[in-house]
Amino acid sequence: MVHFKTGALALTAALLMSGSAIAQQRTLVFNTDTSDPAPKAAFDQLIADFEAENPDVDVVVNMFDHEGYKTAIRNFLTADSPDLANWYAGNRMAPFVNAGQFQDVTDVWEANGLGEALGSAKASMTIDGKQWGVPYTYYQWGIYYNKDVYKAAGVTEPKTWDEFIANCAVFKAAGIDCLTTGSSALWPVAGIFDYLDMRTNGYEFHMDLTAGKIAWTDDRVKAVFAEWAKLVEPGYVTENHAAIDWQDAAALLVQGKAANYVMGNFAVATFKEGGMTNDNLGFMVFPEITPGLPRAEEAPTDTIHIPAGAKNVADAKLFLAFVARADVQTKMNGILGQLPTNKNATVDETDPFLSAGFAELSSAYALAQFFDRDAPAEMAKAGMEGFQEFMVHPDRLDAILERLEKVRAQAY
Amino acid sequence: MQAYWKRSQRKLAPWLFLAPGLAMFALYVIIPIFQSMAISFYDWDGLGEKIWIGTANYVELIDDDAFYTSLKNNVIWLVLYLLAVPAGLMIAIFLNQTVWGIRAYKSLFFFPFVISQVVVGLMFSWFYAPNFGLFYKLIETVTGDGVAILADERFVTYGIIVAGLWPQIAYVMILYLTGLNNVAPDQVEAARLDGAKGWRMLWYVILPQLRPATFIAVVVTVIGALRSFDLVSIMTNGGPYGSSRVLSFYMYEQALSEYGYRMGYGAAIAVVLFAIMMVFISGFIWKMWRDETER
Repeated sequence: MVHFKTGALALTAALLMSGSAIAQQRTLVFNTDTSDPAPKAAFDQLIADFEAENPDVDVVVNMFDHEGYKTAIRNFLTADSPDLANWYAGNRMAPFVNAGQFQDVTDVWEANGLGEALGSAKASMTIDGKQWGVPYTYYQWGIYYNKDVYKAAGVTEPKTWDEFIANCAVFKAAGIDCLTTGSSALWPVAGIFDYLDMRTNGYEFHMDLTAGKIAWTDDRVKAVFAEWAKLVEPGYVTENHAAIDWQDAAALLVQGKAANYVMGNFAVATFKEGGMTNDNLGFMVFPEITPGLPRAEEAPTDTIHIPAGAKNVADAKLFLAFVARADVQTKMNGILGQLPTNKNATVDETDPFLSAGFAELSSAYALAQFFDRDAPAEMAKAGMEGFQEFMVHPDRLDAILERLEKVRAQAY
Repeated sequence: MQAYWKRSQRKLAPWLFLAPGLAMFALYVIIPIFQSMAISFYDWDGLGEKIWIGTANYVELIDDDAFYTSLKNNVIWLVLYLLAVPAGLMIAIFLNQTVWGIRAYKSLFFFPFVISQVVVGLMFSWFYAPNFGLFYKLIETVTGDGVAILADERFVTYGIIVAGLWPQIAYVMILYLTGLNNVAPDQVEAARLDGAKGWRMLWYVILPQLRPATFIAVVVTVIGALRSFDLVSIMTNGGPYGSSRVLSFYMYEQALSEYGYRMGYGAAIAVVLFAIMMVFISGFIWKMWRDETER
């Protein structure tokens, strides 16, 4: 609530200021959650460039705290709409689209050929055959590992899931957590589930499951947990993961107490702050489980939308077209340290993680958003709690799946 | 008009003075209660259309494991939180002496009540933290195997209640310290002459005089236990896998958290919590009413 209040205060202040601005300058109000240092720098640059290209438009930014924004957006969309707002792709934008709070921007896509340039992210921006916003960045998920630990244990990077499990036995014998995670905020375990499901059953099955078309008690879902049990039952996962945050688990990897971590690319900054370098931090694509399945990856996408109540729609569309451009995305994602969604954009080749991620995603068969963006909120919450419980009590699997099935009947 | 005012001035004046408070109370407390009740019959995400679904939210609640976990935890909270009353009394009696520097000791004991619940929660989560927490290390040294209190469904609620008791005991202690100031010294003197001391003195002479303080202490503790929210939110966020939820936290989770926005369901939980609170509150009010009229 505090965050919302400061946000609302900023908003009122911004509106007061815009009232007194010079008449021929058109204002574009932009509400963002980019309060973290890198995103803030990237957006400052983006907006400065846009204003340089469009000197008659004045972009007024209302910066919200990243977490507080998730509550604030529901208030400002209905009460005092900006012209542009940050949000996320996939099912996370569905409530706003269905409630008529976001504008259809299909014309921006068509006029600028974005269906082609932003092809990999198009599906996640589409509801009812229309596009509802423009993606500007995404990042890959995969397994980050400590090369020094691998060397000390005498194992090599696994090519298959069986090799990965075999490595775990070696790490266990050496007193090292094969896989670490910090599930106190729940979402890190969803990444593990997504990958196990996409590698065991494939992308289409995973999408059907998160869309509520498949029962959680289905044998194919149980097969996913059977693979997961290979990690959990022998104790290959960090023991007290439910009590720690993802950053605490990252520290375990940095200290060499853990070998692998299923994470998103944003964690690289944390690993490096802990003292790791490109030499001893490794990245690999999650290994194959069912042979021959087309490889799908997680790539959560961040987006910009035009709220239904926007006052300056013409300039807002101009801004969306601008942010979709290859050169703009190249520059912006260079600062963000993430991947551009425009396929004609380039990434910094000296960063091994970005170039690996770019290769991983551009060669992927399909991209998932992430469990809590693909599944509706109620299912996502119950699912992630179920995953966490399974990682502590694998013997309760049947009860957990029964419960998730009950939520599925309720949530869709 | 003038005549009417003159005639009923004494009758009207209290209501006039009460009016601002009553208006605020109605606007911020009474009306929202009925609004919550109304919302609990709808399916509403806070943005779109409200859909009337009758009692479906309550039907779902009856079949919801998470609801029973929260309810059970609320009962545990209620029972264990009441330990604050005897504990606060003991400390108050211990501190109720005149030695040099006693004020400093009193303020030190009162200290946990002054700091924010959020800070208390953070301190205790570090205290319990696996691998480096003081408590974890202690258990590890004694038993050879550390226990991560906040990650273990068996202990997590108790761990949070202990954190909650720390400031609550201080609060009760202050209530009793002021109560002890009003204990009549002549009665204590008389009891002493009659040979009362120790437990008998406490039970038959001191405690009856502390009844008003005890009443207030029980009221604030019961209500504090039922509305416990901040510590759960700070220390575990309801986890691991929802096993430390209490009703107020579950309500927040369903209605307002990142994965929530089921306003109707949240409101239904709120109504149930309100009903439970009403049992206690009506009891307290009834007792107060009886005490007032008996006099």
